[in-house]
Amino acid sequence: MKIAFRLNGKQIHIDAAPDRRVVDVLREDLGMTGTKESCAAGDCGACTILVDGESRLSCLMLAVQLEDRDITTIEGIAEGEQLHPVQNAFVEHGAVQCGFCTPGMVLASVDLLNRNSAPSRDQIREGLSGNLCRCTGYQMIVDAVEAAAEELRDRQES
Amino acid sequence: MRQVSLPRTLGELWAVLQRQPHSAVYAGGTDLFVKIRDGQLNPESLVCLERLTELQGVQDNGDELFIGAATTHSKLIVAESVREHLRVLVKAASVLGSPPIRHMGTIGGNIVTASPAGDTLPALYVLSAEVEIRHCEGSKRIPINEFIIGPGTVDLAKGEILAGVWLRKHQGWNLSHYEKIGRRKAQACAIASMAAVLELTETGKVKRARLAWGSVGPTVITSEGVENALIGEQLSLEVLKNAGTMLDKAISPIYDIRAGADYRRMVSKAMLLRLNDYACGTTY
Ligand SMILES: Cc1cc2nc3c(=O)[nH]c(=O)nc-3n(C[C@H](O)[C@H](O)[C@H](O)COP(=O)(O)OP(=O)(O)OC[C@H]3O[C@@H](n4cnc5c(N)ncnc54)[C@H](O)[C@@H]3O)c2cc1C
Repeated sequence: MKIAFRLNGKQIHIDAAPDRRVVDVLREDLGMTGTKESCAAGDCGACTILVDGESRLSCLMLAVQLEDRDITTIEGIAEGEQLHPVQNAFVEHGAVQCGFCTPGMVLASVDLLNRNSAPSRDQIREGLSGNLCRCTGYQMIVDAVEAAAEELRDRQES
Repeated sequence: MRQVSLPRTLGELWAVLQRQPHSAVYAGGTDLFVKIRDGQLNPESLVCLERLTELQGVQDNGDELFIGAATTHSKLIVAESVREHLRVLVKAASVLGSPPIRHMGTIGGNIVTASPAGDTLPALYVLSAEVEIRHCEGSKRIPINEFIIGPGTVDLAKGEILAGVWLRKHQGWNLSHYEKIGRRKAQACAIASMAAVLELTETGKVKRARLAWGSVGPTVITSEGVENALIGEQLSLEVLKNAGTMLDKAISPIYDIRAGADYRRMVSKAMLLRLNDYACGTTY
């Protein structure tokens, strides 16, 4: 079926089976392999995308649900060569090791900071509780989100 | 390939359900797709309820609130009227899953899944929620404890959907509590959970009490014995411990992958003791 939606700021039209999982549409049909798949059951958060700005799991969504939505994947948050402040903070704080959870972690962080611009460390842990990382032990990820929150607040003030 | 429909009005929904009577409906898909993937279910076709505005959001109808079945947990916990009148439900929905699960999962999905561990259910029981069932020719309201008939089983016929839940606004509870015990704080199915609403007098005596436990029986468990043991008393560890002895008869916990039956028994009583924190003023 024909499905029209916005992907990373651009209106697009695709032809996909209505019951195709969104993670497969993104990775296989559109070649956007930044979105990862790991557990395929909602537990790990690797396939997180933003749907109308809210974090959702693309392994538990079907293609037909994309219709008219505004979808952001990890490929869509930098501005050209300029990384998003959350991405920068992840790089600077060593919050990335193998990198498999990183796209989901970054988008979950963006979702959290949209809802709460000054989260405590506990609130950051809660905000990222749907995303599993098997390398970092989470400390550096929490450091990175704290730093990104500060950077985003500074930008907003100036 | 499965047909998947995305109706935008109830009229469209009834037409699809008539054309494809063997469809499964879903809202967030956070229960249904996990079951399909595990091979527990294999529906012929699917109908997604996420675009039905009639099933979305919270409506204030004077003495009652109506929460549409397709309202996500995230939307529910920020709704002003729910925060004001139904604190125990906010507390329960806030610890359900994780942020993306709360952005997708809905209150209707949690009810129809009817898991003994469903986090919103004990809260809905203590608030005496009624569910509204709709079909193409009309609707009816029934108490939630009559709608949920067993683990994973609700009283819903083919062609019927859950439209939402009705809750009285001014219930007079001044203490609202929800706790769940799980393997981890987020994303974990409850090993045992407890919702409690109490009306305390100015001197701290219990005037009325409603309590409900999850994951310690086939459906949510309530106990008049426990409630009666609290009425007229000042909350204290001794009073709560004594009330807990009434729980033994009410619950029938099972041994499963998450915990043993004895542990569930012990922890259900221990959760009751937490209410003492409110008496000490350390929390509210
Ligand atoms: C990783 C993960 C963690 C989770 N953690 C928790 C947790 O901590 N606590 C908890 O309680 N649950 C948890 N869940 C379960 C689930 O997220 C919740 O039960 C959620 O509320 C289900 O809502 P949904 O809209 O996604 O349901 P769906 O999957 O869309 O539907 C569930 C069932 O209800 C039926 N249904 C849905 N809406 C209607 C309707 N309006 N009328 C008739 N039938 C309907 C569907 O046919 C299906 O059988 C978790 C799930 C996952 C994947």
